[in-house]
Amino acid sequence: MKPAAFRYHAPRSLPEALAVLERHPEARPLAGGQSLMPQLNARQVTAPHLLDLNRLDGLDGIEEAEGCIRIGAMARQAALLRSPLLRRHLPILVEAAALVGHIATRNRGTLGGSLCQLDPWAELPLVAALLDAELELAAPSGTRRLAFRHFAQGAGRNALWPGELLTQARFPIPAPGARQAFVEIADRPNDPAEAAAAVSLRLGAGGEVVSAALAVCGPFPVARRLPEGETMLLGWRPGPDPRPLVSAMPLPDVADDDRAAMVRVALRRALERAMA
Amino acid sequence: MSEERFPISVTVNGEPHRLDVPARLSLADLLREGLRLTGTHLGCEHGACGACTVLVDGASARACLMLAVQADGRSITTVEGLERAGRLHPLQQALADHHGLQCGFCTPGVLMTLVELLDASPSPSEAEIRMALAGHHCRCTGYQGMVEAALSLSGGAGTDR
Repeated sequence: MKPAAFRYHAPRSLPEALAVLERHPEARPLAGGQSLMPQLNARQVTAPHLLDLNRLDGLDGIEEAEGCIRIGAMARQAALLRSPLLRRHLPILVEAAALVGHIATRNRGTLGGSLCQLDPWAELPLVAALLDAELELAAPSGTRRLAFRHFAQGAGRNALWPGELLTQARFPIPAPGARQAFVEIADRPNDPAEAAAAVSLRLGAGGEVVSAALAVCGPFPVARRLPEGETMLLGWRPGPDPRPLVSAMPLPDVADDDRAAMVRVALRRALERAMA
Repeated sequence: MSEERFPISVTVNGEPHRLDVPARLSLADLLREGLRLTGTHLGCEHGACGACTVLVDGASARACLMLAVQADGRSITTVEGLERAGRLHPLQQALADHHGLQCGFCTPGVLMTLVELLDASPSPSEAEIRMALAGHHCRCTGYQGMVEAALSLSGGAGTDR
């Protein structure tokens, strides 16, 4: 046995799970386990209490509601790939999920686990940053909603309070005509990204960009938007080479090195793909 | 210190088992040490190498990243469960025919992934096969033979024999 001993809790319902967290605020929630189990095996993480969420009912739905796609935190990454609803309304999330790990890890790994784990190279937090997904956090005292930009605080650092669980994420369905693309640079398609970029653009009647969202990850603590770059894109017309524009975009908090260059290549390719 | 144990019912290769397991026992260790099914290999024990891949209710999973207690109520298939009545599974035969293994360490996991792939889509393309195999480390560099083996069973494709 590799992990240090822990007390194991496998509740069947959300209230039971929250009750365990109330009794043991130091308990580590276990979602798909594709990041936490290796850390426990290596004893990089020790947890006196492990709260296994895999027996919870009703936390893995994928449904349309209020102009959003609402996805339960325990939805497996493989389920994102199979969802006709996501293929129709949020193909960018499907594109991103296809690049997460491998078949066997996607069968277990969850959306919520990835959003809470916040690995700097992770694809799903990048899409959550791009679309500023709204997260629902449950506690015994009630639930609160938090925008992903406030939730993601750094590498492996989320804004969950002790005793809270992420229960679902709402991704806004893009407006008709929105152009979205996801591009990743990695040694192999399913290796962790060296750099990745996601873009979401809307064009006006004259073909000019009237709204833009850009998000990047790789050499940053956590996936982030590029507000200056988004402003620079307004009024831009697809067609001319996006390279000068992308080269001029400030990349905050990153050394101007080869990783930053990869971020710019990913951005340029994502813009080209969104416009294709 | 005596550790808390949990009762589980698990079906392994069609055979039901009732067991008491400590919570921190991995599914891989249960299979190998508890049930002496040593065909499931352990390489990296952090989910990267793919050698321990088994099927859980038909879907591949890293047995090193799953707790035995999480297998409660599930049906597990290991490489030992592929053979039928003394005959190799067609994929096992194809791997042998196409030199898809050398030392054999990664082979059990590779087999489970390819079984899942061919169950889900009977005619995977070479690109899909390579993408599936990307989750497995073979240090004998035997990927080409594995790809050919899988292609030989992909409906209509791979008639290189």
